[in-house]
Amino acid sequence: MKVLLVDDSRTMRNIQKNVLKTMGDFEAAEAGDGLEALTAIAMNPAGFDLMLFDWNMPNMDGLTLVKKVREKDKTTPIIMVTTEAEKVRIIDAIKAGVNNYVIKPFTPDALVERIKQTLDKAKAPVAV
Amino acid sequence: MAVQSPQASPANFTAGLVAHFVTSVQEVFSTMLGTTVNVGSPFRKKDPVPQYDVSAVIGFSGNVVGSMVLAFAKPTALQIVQTLTGAPMDISSPDFADAIGELGNMVAGAAKKHFGLVASISLPSVIIGAGHSVARQHEIPTIIIPCTTSLGSFGIEVSIKTVAPSV
Repeated sequence: MKVLLVDDSRTMRNIQKNVLKTMGDFEAAEAGDGLEALTAIAMNPAGFDLMLFDWNMPNMDGLTLVKKVREKDKTTPIIMVTTEAEKVRIIDAIKAGVNNYVIKPFTPDALVERIKQTLDKAKAPVAV
Repeated sequence: MAVQSPQASPANFTAGLVAHFVTSVQEVFSTMLGTTVNVGSPFRKKDPVPQYDVSAVIGFSGNVVGSMVLAFAKPTALQIVQTLTGAPMDISSPDFADAIGELGNMVAGAAKKHFGLVASISLPSVIIGAGHSVARQHEIPTIIIPCTTSLGSFGIEVSIKTVAPSV
């Protein structure tokens, strides 16, 4: 599984990688803000299986990043992992195109569950 | 939890907002560090002001303005970072400051979600230097929330007030 982790905190990206390790083999690309993330995406033409985005970051925030990504990529699952917990924020993120939402602080089990839920839903056949 | 009333209460100072930081620090430390935070009685900051070795400063804007400081002595900060990251870390390492900043980010963010007001938090700033104190705007009183854990004691300094939404 190829995952893009976007958070200005390396600590948080390391925590996410440790969680992913418990789920099996994966390859992670990392970015410290939205601009770096767009570069990472451009440099990976094969794409990612999953993206985790923080919201509050320098240079380009996570919500703007989601909108930019969704201009060209409607399908790669995106999970917002953030301290922004107000309902209006969650709605904004869903409208922008995130597939799921994790509020910090989170337990490893909670993040695993949310990732599995997101990936399962992405694989589910679309009802015709 | 009782909060000592400030002798002269500026308009819009809300002790209730301060209580959300008690909830948030307990939630963050329990979830991310697996440790219980015991909170003492908050008190108004006055001379002689406490001094710290490591501080994470988060600003608030919107209908709540001011700042929060998560402040530690060096031994406690080292223990907390080791617990959060799973590895010992030198205080001079950029990753050390990053870990402290992320902890501050989560405590401030978790408090904010309970405000019921429109507010944003800044990216964290981390101050590392033996025996420093953090000064703030004088018209907003600073409340110190003393905290103890199995990893050591630390303080949360909250200096915030509500402002009316702009028309």
